[in-house]
Amino acid sequence: MSRASNVAARKVASAALVFAALGDETRLALVSRLAADGPRSIAELSAGASVTRQAITKHLRALAVAGLARDTRRGRESIWELTPGRLESARSYLDEVSAHWDLALGRLRAFVEEP
Amino acid sequence: MSSSTTADRIEKRITLRAPRTRVWRALSEASQFGAWFGMKFEGPFEAGKTIRGNITTRGYEHLSVELRVERVEPEQLFSYRWHPYAIDAEHDYSAEPMTLVEFRLSETTGGTELSIVESGFERIPADRRAEAFRMNDGGWSAQLKNIERYVAGV
Repeated sequence: MSRASNVAARKVASAALVFAALGDETRLALVSRLAADGPRSIAELSAGASVTRQAITKHLRALAVAGLARDTRRGRESIWELTPGRLESARSYLDEVSAHWDLALGRLRAFVEEP
Repeated sequence: MSSSTTADRIEKRITLRAPRTRVWRALSEASQFGAWFGMKFEGPFEAGKTIRGNITTRGYEHLSVELRVERVEPEQLFSYRWHPYAIDAEHDYSAEPMTLVEFRLSETTGGTELSIVESGFERIPADRRAEAFRMNDGGWSAQLKNIERYVAGV
């Protein structure tokens, strides 16, 4: 395998990881929650959730593996937050709206393409 | 998916592996639109009518949305006006300008091409833009941009 195709293969693997991480209702809800509310403890994220605290922890770890979220210790607690992206400074209002359309269109695709 | 954003409009183009009739129903029937968009509407979409809906996405259930349906041209065009990014339940958006969202369908090999244009952003007040920016200080869209870049770069 050439060096270029190796790099391409790694990019595909990395993108697949992010898509897989977001392709779950609980994890998507966690990402939305962290985006809206900022850093939160596992206890806070589990409150009112329909799944167990262990499940929330597992999902947060999956987000971390994909590079979407990270945790820091505060005393005995783990505080989770979304990982700021490198392009953060380039964000604008329209980028936000555009990103929401991307999410919505992904859901539309799943909706109309299902057998 | 292709995407372009200028100062006043967002344009997206996506090819869906589904018949045009299927895509049209997913857009023009309020219950189907709500199913993928994450909203529940009080009635059907009708040209010239305003329809109210509630967000069903977890964490945003307290938000309601109003669509002013403009054009419903079967299997061709569905358009409406709304207040974009109206995510502050305390804020009254009713006096602010709306953007126009247009969905256009055309047949293509193996499926349906859908284009979406949201325009009219130049009239949205600057403080609203700043507010939306603050409320999303989570790096979330940056991650989406990263995904887009990964995929585009492959």
